[in-house]
Amino acid sequence: MSNIIAFCELKQGKPRSVAKEVLSASYQVAQGLGAKVIGVLVGPLADGAADELTSFGADRLVHIGHSSLEAYSTEGYAQAVAEVANSESPAAVLFPASAMGKDLSARVAAKVGRPLLTDCTELKVEDGRLKIGRPIYAGKVFMKSAIASDWAVISLRPKIFQPQTVDGASATLETREVTLDESKIRAKVVEVKQESGATVDLTEADFIVSGGRGMKDPNNFVIIEELAKSIGATVGASRAVVDAGWRPHSDQVGQTGKTVSPTLYVAVGISGAVQHLAGMSSSKIIVAINKDPEAPIFKVATYGVVGDALKVAPALTEAINKAKSE
Amino acid sequence: MLKILLLLKTVADSEASIRPTSDGKAVNLSDINFILNPYDEYAVEEALQIREKAGEAELVAVCYGDDTATKTLRTALALGVDRGVHIKGQPTFDPLATAKTLAAAVKDMPFDLILCGKQAIDDDSAAVGVMVAELLDIPSVSVVVDLDIADGKVKATREIEGGHEIVETALPCLVTAQKGLNEPRYPSLKGIMAAKKKPIEELEAAAIESRIETISIGLPPARPAGRIVGEGVEAVPELVRLLKQEAKVL
Repeated sequence: MSNIIAFCELKQGKPRSVAKEVLSASYQVAQGLGAKVIGVLVGPLADGAADELTSFGADRLVHIGHSSLEAYSTEGYAQAVAEVANSESPAAVLFPASAMGKDLSARVAAKVGRPLLTDCTELKVEDGRLKIGRPIYAGKVFMKSAIASDWAVISLRPKIFQPQTVDGASATLETREVTLDESKIRAKVVEVKQESGATVDLTEADFIVSGGRGMKDPNNFVIIEELAKSIGATVGASRAVVDAGWRPHSDQVGQTGKTVSPTLYVAVGISGAVQHLAGMSSSKIIVAINKDPEAPIFKVATYGVVGDALKVAPALTEAINKAKSE
Repeated sequence: MLKILLLLKTVADSEASIRPTSDGKAVNLSDINFILNPYDEYAVEEALQIREKAGEAELVAVCYGDDTATKTLRTALALGVDRGVHIKGQPTFDPLATAKTLAAAVKDMPFDLILCGKQAIDDDSAAVGVMVAELLDIPSVSVVVDLDIADGKVKATREIEGGHEIVETALPCLVTAQKGLNEPRYPSLKGIMAAKKKPIEELEAAAIESRIETISIGLPPARPAGRIVGEGVEAVPELVRLLKQEAKVL
């Protein structure tokens, strides 16, 4: 019996939402391959915090709470995950393609000497073989692959694989001791700075409102922020306004920024350069507000409004706020 | 003197329209403008700034690729890198194979610090840098937006969801650069002239087979056709109605 190893990312001792996504994707693959799912949790775990993961189809949840793993370190966490993977005859080891997952999966793959596929959006089992789909060139093209190895390490793009509980599933939680070479834990996180009042990160947001050059002035981004607030969205930006210094680079959506897949993406005053479209065209619903009816953003928009962003966006905010109060 | 290695890649311009080849097995890269990977620009700039601060440092740029690598290396040399190493070969879509080739090429080169971009904007794996570090048995910090090196100690700020992590380590180490690390400069005319005289060493790439088998490369799934709801603020009520009743997202 082979196993799918699902890395369940923790933050401050609690599972992040991507942990459930990875468990659910692992369960689907395991069903296709006739395998079992082992969830791996590394680092401090709050009392009872693993309970919310037990119903997602895993057979076992394995917690590694070594004293040297209290803060995240690529090398320490990689040693822990590699040790579990090597001892559990895996068919695949799955990570979220989060900040931690991308960093860690690369170390783990190199450590165990198995191929890596990152930021995948499609996982299928066909004829008993795992087929993996991932966007390349920022989503301009889509690659489907198979693995020419006994197993592989795979990271999954957040917000693509839906978390689904499995009827009757009840994973056991066990604690596992690992032997770490502490002389090889050389880069350590000494401090975590969360932005105060920060909303959900762009890569994990259900709603995003992005502004571009059509906002005309950095001060006009207050319009974007108010629209975002009205629907509980995270603020994004086009490369043009990031390069102009209007917004921080962490807000940038597109090929040299973040790739996002929200339920609703509102593009305000963004023309839709190919490198921007690459980063957001997998959004479920896209709204575009732009004065140029020929702007490429309208080619991907579910709903388009041709008009001055500085007038239409505040009217939209007002209408949404009014609708909410009714 | 601090020795810095730069791992660079040549990629298709981010503005380029990318299409699959007619057999659906590869990417059509004819008539495409190739550039130095944008994230690698931040790595090069950081190396230049470290040298300016320290007064001296040796900067060596390593590029694994076909003949397009020469242009990438000349760009780095024009910016002020001292010399180039061209690892001749064709990287695949298997990041571990690429990392093994790079690690084999640089393992006997002296270095204190390796810098590269956080990802190449073609296969978007965002993995090769960290893999090279593991293969060379050195620590790494990825997706770095602030880097401070003093007396062999390294303090790096890496971007995470909604915040940052401060990571401490020591040289030798590998750092992957994220946008925001610095503001890359343009090459000067003097730099471009000087670059022509700087040496580029050629090495044959170690033959590492890809273990990622391409089934197909195609266009992304097409989006269902959208519609223009209307013009100006008059269209707002209908837009809100559609978002609530049709799309059911509000």
